[in-house]
Amino acid sequence: MNWAWFHRFGSPPYFYSVAGKIIPWLAWPAGLLIVAGLWGGIVMAPPDYQQSDAARIMYVHVPAAYVALMSYTVMAIAATVGLIWRMKVAHAAAAACAPIGASFAAVCLLTGMLWGQPMWGTYWAWDPRLVSVLVLFFFFLGYIGLRGAIDDVSRADRTSAVLAIVGFVNVPIIHFSVIWWNSIHQGPSLIRKGGPAMPASMWVPLVLVIFGFTFYFYAVMLMRTRAEVLRRDRGGSWVRDIVAPQEPLP
Amino acid sequence: MLRGLSLRLAEGQALQLLWPNGAGKTSLLRAVAGLIPVEDGQLLWRGNRIEDDRAAFCADLAFLGHDLALKGDLTAAENLHFSVSLRRRLAGGEIKAALDEVGLGTRADALVRQMSAGQQRRVALARLGLWGARLWLLDEPAANLDAAGQAVVVAALARHLAAGGCALISTHQPLDLSASVNRLWRDPKEAA
Amino acid sequence: MSVTASSWHAAAQILRRDLTLAFRRPGEWLQPVAFFFIVTLLFPLALDPELSHLRRLAPAALWVAAMLSSVLAIDFLFREDGRDGTLEQFALSGQSFAWLLLAKTAAHWVLTGVPLALAAPFAAIALGAPADAIPGVLASLLLGSVSLSLIGAIGAGLTLGLRRGGALLSLLVLPLAVPTLIFGARATELSIHGESMAGPMYLLAALSVFGVTVAPLAAAAAVRISLE
Repeated sequence: MNWAWFHRFGSPPYFYSVAGKIIPWLAWPAGLLIVAGLWGGIVMAPPDYQQSDAARIMYVHVPAAYVALMSYTVMAIAATVGLIWRMKVAHAAAAACAPIGASFAAVCLLTGMLWGQPMWGTYWAWDPRLVSVLVLFFFFLGYIGLRGAIDDVSRADRTSAVLAIVGFVNVPIIHFSVIWWNSIHQGPSLIRKGGPAMPASMWVPLVLVIFGFTFYFYAVMLMRTRAEVLRRDRGGSWVRDIVAPQEPLP
Repeated sequence: MLRGLSLRLAEGQALQLLWPNGAGKTSLLRAVAGLIPVEDGQLLWRGNRIEDDRAAFCADLAFLGHDLALKGDLTAAENLHFSVSLRRRLAGGEIKAALDEVGLGTRADALVRQMSAGQQRRVALARLGLWGARLWLLDEPAANLDAAGQAVVVAALARHLAAGGCALISTHQPLDLSASVNRLWRDPKEAA
Repeated sequence: MSVTASSWHAAAQILRRDLTLAFRRPGEWLQPVAFFFIVTLLFPLALDPELSHLRRLAPAALWVAAMLSSVLAIDFLFREDGRDGTLEQFALSGQSFAWLLLAKTAAHWVLTGVPLALAAPFAAIALGAPADAIPGVLASLLLGSVSLSLIGAIGAGLTLGLRRGGALLSLLVLPLAVPTLIFGARATELSIHGESMAGPMYLLAALSVFGVTVAPLAAAAAVRISLE
């Protein structure tokens, strides 16, 4: 197998130009999918027979949870690639994932609270999945905090990569321990299991928003990675050619 | 960052780095020790690539950096006992003899934090001799030492080189080693 | 990581040295135990001091206090050895670096985890636990503090050499310690109620085994980066 394409992505100028060409192909579908999915979920889908219109927050809550978890996975993979192959672009990508993932986790937690009020009668219930997302949110904050505390870029990259990998290994352990904890403290979960199967008019919009958020995540991640790559190579001649191409050389 | 360097050390030889401040003397020593990754190029020890058998290289290596790795709350003898035991088992009397050689025989049971900076450096030198390593990497070994202390460093180095060891030393003032074993390296742009 | 006879010798030397140092300067390892007592004694003051009520909260109070005091203690783990160049010498000793850090973590557990476990029964009784629960409380904290020390080693490695380490360390370590908290508090709770605590104890043991295999490698990777 030819790995040349993989190593080419390690070159910042190549990555910068290719990522720039890919971003529109992610951003436009993201916008269309999100608009279509939310239109389908909020306007067209029937109200839930138990929860009426409150359940419509699901169309944001569930995709946000999914994308938060995906961001962490992408971040851990990028960090591993960066650590093993010493690829600076991969480290920059991992750095770019963290704030996006933290934002999606925060959106998931906030929408979960808003949904909890009509459904459970309280803004916060110790639902195991919500607790897992909360822990995930703290992992993102810890990652961002560790990165911010180390001045040297290369050290920050590799130290935070170790943290990302350790956290990734622990996410399932924490998730299962929280489920176990919940089962001994709360009895049956408050969220209905199984329940009536969703009609297509409900799950199709949900899937559209999930894909929309995913595309959005990759588009923003590439934008942030490009900016990060530019910032890191700010002394390099290729950056000067991009930022101020007309300026004559001194 | 250092680039375009090439150096070779033979048995019984010392190479003193007399580069100007900020030229990367410490970085070079740390890179040779393996504390800093080398981006490009290779390091050979006895003809083998170091990364192929790092444990064997470490067994031959003694590194003395800015930080002496001594515990203030342990005595000189305890400090030596600990750092040598990480590598090999000690025979009785070895520590006493090593401290005698650096002129601290009477201070073996004194706590290191009660010693002067120069005496602490001598304890670290005694450790180098006990390790029995063939390659010494010394970062400013004579810093904080008076004339008598510098003589101790030179004597320890001379013994080490006479026994077939070699040394890479960063220093401000060239140490007064016999010309037959000594080389000076003043400019990183030249090969050595 | 290959462990030979000389590795065991080196590990024993590290244990011996760290214990000697601790006994010459006892303040360092007595502080976390004192902190543990203070936190557990704050609960009755903030709550209704009726013993039957306190008993229900005793596992939570013991484990939250244990986790906070272990975060406080973990700050000492690598700091001194990092500052004076000892970790550098560990990395160049020819022994497995992860193994030597595991030995340091073991010494740290003896100096902080064991005193914590020994202190816990007193705190538990003050919180209304019956005397029958003493062995269970002791055992659960003894086992749980192993994984707290190992998780702490990762955190200490990641924050080694940082100026603003303290709050960041707790942000990194506490989420990782969530499973230990859950199983540990559950084991303590069962023992206070006089029931079998085997289930959560097995899970705590599993966490410790997992920690022993993974944490030294992660800590070694992090410490190596900080030595550059």
